[in-house]
Amino acid sequence: MSLIQAQALEKTYRAGDVDVHAVRGVDFTIEAASFAAFVGPSGSGKSTVLNMIGCLDHPTGGMLKVLDTDVSLLNRETGAAFRGNNIGFIFQDFNLVPVLTAYENVEYPLIMVQDWPAADRAKRVKELLEAVGMSDQADKRPDQLSGGQKQRVAVARALVARSKLVLADEPTANLDHDTAYRIIELLKGMRDEYGTTFIFSTHDPKIMGEAEVTFTLEDGRMQTLNGGSRPPDTRIGSEASHG
Amino acid sequence: MVKILNLAARNLLRYRRRTGLTAFLIVIGMVAVLVFVAVTGSFKSMMIGQITDSFLGQVQVHRRGFVASVESLPLNMNMPAQLAERVHKALETAPGVVAHAPRIKFGAMFSNFTETTSVRVNGIDPATEALVSPLLAKRQNSGTVGPTLLAPGEILVPDLVARGLKVKAGDTVVLVATNRDGSVNGKTFTIRGTLDSATGPGGRDGYIHLDDARTLLRLDQPEVTEYAIRIGGSEDAEAVAERLASIFSDTKNKEGQPILEVHPWQKLSPFSNIASMIDLLAISIKIMLVAIVLVSVMNVMIMAVYERIREIGTILAIGTPPGRILWLFLNEGLLLGIAGTVAGVLISIGSILLIAAIGPTFTFGQQRGLVMSPDLPWMDMASVSAMVILIAVLASLQPAWKASKMDPITALRHV
Repeated sequence: MSLIQAQALEKTYRAGDVDVHAVRGVDFTIEAASFAAFVGPSGSGKSTVLNMIGCLDHPTGGMLKVLDTDVSLLNRETGAAFRGNNIGFIFQDFNLVPVLTAYENVEYPLIMVQDWPAADRAKRVKELLEAVGMSDQADKRPDQLSGGQKQRVAVARALVARSKLVLADEPTANLDHDTAYRIIELLKGMRDEYGTTFIFSTHDPKIMGEAEVTFTLEDGRMQTLNGGSRPPDTRIGSEASHG
Repeated sequence: MVKILNLAARNLLRYRRRTGLTAFLIVIGMVAVLVFVAVTGSFKSMMIGQITDSFLGQVQVHRRGFVASVESLPLNMNMPAQLAERVHKALETAPGVVAHAPRIKFGAMFSNFTETTSVRVNGIDPATEALVSPLLAKRQNSGTVGPTLLAPGEILVPDLVARGLKVKAGDTVVLVATNRDGSVNGKTFTIRGTLDSATGPGGRDGYIHLDDARTLLRLDQPEVTEYAIRIGGSEDAEAVAERLASIFSDTKNKEGQPILEVHPWQKLSPFSNIASMIDLLAISIKIMLVAIVLVSVMNVMIMAVYERIREIGTILAIGTPPGRILWLFLNEGLLLGIAGTVAGVLISIGSILLIAAIGPTFTFGQQRGLVMSPDLPWMDMASVSAMVILIAVLASLQPAWKASKMDPITALRHV
């Protein structure tokens, strides 16, 4: 079953007196448990597509269904609830809450978004921190963590509420080469373990190479559909150190 | 809820200096208000106590029109014996009235046989007057201080008059008064003692026995100029006066007009205007406190929202309901208000207790050596604290609302 279906998807912004066509009639489907990437140059519309899939933005034309829900029908509150229950986010700049520890950042969606009982919450957070290899850094605040460690915490936060879909906007852009691969491997592992669908917006060739499905956008239009071929020159050995 | 409060507290501590400065402003405002209210409240209640307990009484009953013409102390405005008796009986059973004392007020010439001056005189019943004006005896600064205020044939002379005419306790003086029929009568008195002046009309009156007043004025019947009333500790003078006015409203003249009028002390003493001004000043300083809290908390919360736009975008993106974001920022304002209030109240209590322990003295009008002894204004502490906390929350409302309504995409792109 398709997790995401888009038909003739459009997004037009009004910038002053000018209409900006960010996405122009894009069709795609993404299956559950995919590892998919939207790629393209800056301004190609990949982030806009990701924002619409994440119910942060509304399409201005066409149809977009995420988990069988027409996202154009969601308002501010129902959109937030839908995101909270189904979608996790990973950001380029990690975007952890600076006053919270790694543990508390991961716990945050279970308190502020969903109301998990304390015991279940603690079990789930520990499980995720263990899964991303951050158990021993649980009490540290973001300013005490390296970039790779922050992104691991962000991955745990994205998955903690049992999200079916994780959207990652340039998740490796601020990481060094080795750490970036570690994070990609981690995300793949999470996909394999939890069956979560990962969708990236990226121009990082490492992610493009690892993606099983690649959608190339240019000037708001879909250019090619790649079934997941992996360019050999973008691969790296598995001996890379932890980030 | 606890988790949100915890997060709000951490967010406040993120900017320690700014939070501390805002809390400090609230503390300064709180201390200024509470110490002012305590000191002026103490001054006010002390002065009111001095006025009502040393000569005025808390409520007075007169014949209608007497207060309007009080400067001339007209004898034809006395209550006739029958009316005075009716009032006396009514006051004995009136709710809220603890004691009442009859007085005859008149103007007289006071002479030491070589010099003469005018003086206002109160004819009093010493036993009941002591109940209505318990501080009158304490104003006596010379002469015999005994179990009764004075005996027939004795006079308590205001200090200024005594000094002016160079008379002292034990001296014989004469009072000469014009009677109602226009004739003049005189009577000699022995000075029992002299009285310190008190603030307000009546604060420089002399006192003789009620029977002597009737003799001097040649009153055949036991007429009364006024009844001075002491009310219960928890009673309000204006409320008691209203109740008594209602009781006496049935007593009417031939034209159907009420014969009697009832005045609380506020209508009789100009100090009530000063008390009102003090209350007005307290309100003004409270308004300034509101402005301080409003501006400082709103400023710090606007800054907090502005500096955390990306963070707000993140928590919105991961599905935090807008209402919780609103609640988070309101809690930050709430905690800021509570922190400032708690510190403000504690410092105020310390300051007020310190002032009370030092007991500074001051002079008001003719009264010297009045000791400032402020009480802790518990009611004001509660109301001002509630007001500050409420204003802090209200001041956070606009920034919190703005945060909750942010577009997550725009917020995430904010640099």
